[in-house]
Amino acid sequence: MDILSFTALELGKMIKEKRASVLDAVKAVIERAKAVEQEINSYVTLDEEGALKQAEEVQRLIDSGTLTGPLAGVPVAVKDNLCIEGQLTTCSSKILSGFKPIYTAEAVLNLKKAGAVIIGKTNMDEFAMGSTTETSYYGPTKNPHNTAHVPGGSSGGSCAAVAAQECYYSLGSDTGGSIRQPSAFCGVVGLKPTYGTVSRYGLIAYGSSLDQIGPVAKDVSDCAAILEAIASHDTKDSTSVKRKDYDFTSALTDNVKGLKIGIPRDYLGEGLDEDIRRAIRKAAEVLEERGAVVEEFDLSLVQYAIPAYYVIASAEASSNLERFDGVKYGYRTPDYEGLHNMYKKTRSEGFGAEVKRRIMLGSFVLSSGYYDAYYLKALRTKALIKQAFDRAFEKYDVILGPAAPSTAPELGKSLTDPMKMYLGDIYTVAVNLAGLPGMSVPAGKDSKGLPIGMQLIGNSFQEKTLIRTAYTYECATNKQYVVPANIGEGV
Amino acid sequence: MARQYEMVIGLEVHVELATKTKIFCGCSTEFGGAPNTHTCPVCTGMPGSLPVLNKQVVEYAMAIGLAANCNITQTCKFDRKNYFYPDNPQNYQISQLYMPIARDGYVEIESGGVKKKVRIHEMHMEEDAGKLVHDEWDDTTLVDYNRSGVPLVEIVSEPDMGSAEEVISYLEKLRMIIQYLGASDCKLQEGSMRADVNLSVREAGSETLGTRTEMKNLNSFKAIARAIEAERERQIELLEEGKPVIQETRRWDDNKESSYAMRSKEDAQDYRYFPEPDLVPIVISDEWITQIKSRQPELRSEKLERYKKEFDIPQYDAEILTESKKMADIFEASTAICGKPKKVSNWLMVETLRLLKENSMEPEDIQFSPENLAKLVDLAEAGTINSSVAKEVFEKIFSQDIDPEKYVEENGLKTVNDESALKAVIEKVIAENPKSVEDYKGGKEKAIGFLVGQSMKAMKGKADPGMVNQMLKEALK
Repeated sequence: MDILSFTALELGKMIKEKRASVLDAVKAVIERAKAVEQEINSYVTLDEEGALKQAEEVQRLIDSGTLTGPLAGVPVAVKDNLCIEGQLTTCSSKILSGFKPIYTAEAVLNLKKAGAVIIGKTNMDEFAMGSTTETSYYGPTKNPHNTAHVPGGSSGGSCAAVAAQECYYSLGSDTGGSIRQPSAFCGVVGLKPTYGTVSRYGLIAYGSSLDQIGPVAKDVSDCAAILEAIASHDTKDSTSVKRKDYDFTSALTDNVKGLKIGIPRDYLGEGLDEDIRRAIRKAAEVLEERGAVVEEFDLSLVQYAIPAYYVIASAEASSNLERFDGVKYGYRTPDYEGLHNMYKKTRSEGFGAEVKRRIMLGSFVLSSGYYDAYYLKALRTKALIKQAFDRAFEKYDVILGPAAPSTAPELGKSLTDPMKMYLGDIYTVAVNLAGLPGMSVPAGKDSKGLPIGMQLIGNSFQEKTLIRTAYTYECATNKQYVVPANIGEGV
Repeated sequence: MARQYEMVIGLEVHVELATKTKIFCGCSTEFGGAPNTHTCPVCTGMPGSLPVLNKQVVEYAMAIGLAANCNITQTCKFDRKNYFYPDNPQNYQISQLYMPIARDGYVEIESGGVKKKVRIHEMHMEEDAGKLVHDEWDDTTLVDYNRSGVPLVEIVSEPDMGSAEEVISYLEKLRMIIQYLGASDCKLQEGSMRADVNLSVREAGSETLGTRTEMKNLNSFKAIARAIEAERERQIELLEEGKPVIQETRRWDDNKESSYAMRSKEDAQDYRYFPEPDLVPIVISDEWITQIKSRQPELRSEKLERYKKEFDIPQYDAEILTESKKMADIFEASTAICGKPKKVSNWLMVETLRLLKENSMEPEDIQFSPENLAKLVDLAEAGTINSSVAKEVFEKIFSQDIDPEKYVEENGLKTVNDESALKAVIEKVIAENPKSVEDYKGGKEKAIGFLVGQSMKAMKGKADPGMVNQMLKEALK
């Protein structure tokens, strides 16, 4: 059997049982990446040399019995907004050209402790701003299921790399759907944890109050194991939470008997592709057959999530991105006269159009005279949205809906109409505003053969309920959607 | 007739807190050090780094707030103040705007014999910036982030001051409070205390405020006083000429004794303040406040009032005793041992101050122990030694911290209270000085002084002069 077709846990087991070596696995994914990168462009940096070196070291630690975890020796790709000491970290922006951090993000350190071999940094929308991975300075990533389509975004590189078997799993980040939406588009499993579950230390911030790092995986079991590895209470991140439970894999049980699932009517209304609506209803039936109680309900306030999200995220981004000024690191314009001219030219040349749009939007909503009308109002809306979810979770254990209103759009069709692109985030942004966990699970394909993702939303700290539900669905559907996508093989 | 003007002054005072580490990271706050050696990803604004609040900063800020009679904001938050400048690595400063840690306080000052309350509008915590170093040779500017992230509190007063004297008195009061608390050394020259002066003038008696300016770069009390006078004159001159005062920030040049405009209100920046999303709100419980209060050392004003009440010490004496914490500590410790506050106070107020002055010493330099002072007070009080011997012994205590009991014993300085011995001496003195005896008996009362002196001399100073006087009078009746 092709070593690439294993899941992360399967590979980890093989390595542990000495039926495969770490080096075999690393070489296999690097060969694969070299073969398909031309077409897919999942990676900003593919670190072949570093990966081979890590492979030896990790193999030694496995052989000596130091590394015993289920992910030891398994190659992983990391989104390019996570800092790794001494390794190019760009956020897919020109402004971070040549930037090599002096420290490593906590989530990545946690992976290293679990014995991961990091093979590269994945492409993304510039500073995680976008839904298609087309705003990257390093060119768009393409959807492995159909390279004429986008992989989604902003973690498009992370999701495409998993779907195209260029790694066994990856880390993404999710501020308004950036893990769940590209996971849906690429037919992989992605999870955004409850805010505070994974340390943000070393994640280059977009919207600090909304950002969470999460796993992108080939199946639900991998997803649970990865989350277990990266989640931790970190005193370096003041918003990090000390949870009671970190044993996410214990929720991998095929049982949803009595589980109450609510489908927001507002999520199945106008604007949703018919194929997706049908797939969500079908998924609900599958879960019902397994003993879950499914009903539709009114979540309310759905239409306010997008404006509130874009106000808050842009406001925070406008401030977070101020540090990129040409003084300390990254890109500096070659010709300038004086400090202010240097600032202006560096930032004008270093940031792309979508980033500039959000910096301007964010600066505007924070400026004096507009703060109350926009920023404060958005914060109040955020609080109301949280209350709407609180009410829903009094009745339901899980909320089920689509991850996106459509499947992956064609390349080059989205950026010309940013409003339309923003509206594509309608099912995902509310989850970030409320700080809740959300998961995207493959739920079939549409008439064009593009993957459809269903989204499971849980109450705060209820990742295990999501994992159990997703695992039950996966068992029931016999992993019909399994990766890989058939790229490089006659597309 | 020339118009009369009055000044309205408010202050913004920055105080660097005496924590060992920075406000949002574990880097040392120690002064000096090669450029960029006390730095880490957090205080150099590296991408992905996050701030973590130093609890000691909150405790110092609470202590200052409580001492300045403020209300503590029990759910307080940090905000970001956005502005681009290279000394500020993130291009935003983490500060407090919407919910500062303390509000609505006051400190009592005294100026020209008049007591007055200066109200405090608010006090907030924030981080200091780095330092720009200009290299003239290369014509480049370099940044040193060692100071970046050093904790500060900014204390904003209401415009309650009307003169340079009041301003200095307010600053001295603040400095004393903060030093008593150990929250900062408050050195203006070294920049651990910095004051910006907001000043406007108006016609005396007017109710409306004039346009104010903000004066920066004031590095000593003298500079502050000079800057206030100069700015007062500058503004009055403008008004007299019918010109408007422009709302602006000015920089004081103490060498030239004049100021120049840095920026006007028109190009004032919009700081786009918003709540810092990387820090959670600080929730301050009643218990925490009580704990800080109980740990609070007694401040000078409280001490002063207590001395007056508890020890029946006059205002003037209490002021001197509490002016330095060292003096106050010795006073209290000695009093606790001997139970004679007025006597202890006298030794400190008279002999100690005299000796300090003679030796050009500060009260902080006092070396003697309160135990030895207490013993001396007891010896003098019991009449074991007379007052001139006591002064001699005190000088020894002051210079060498000797044990007065031992010293008196070893040097045979005890007053002789043996009546028969005294009687013998007195009889001898009377016999040897018939002239003085005659003078006294003839009505020259002063002649007794000479006889007392002769008797004391014969006793080698170890008698009680009062007692000698009385016995002489008896003998000459």
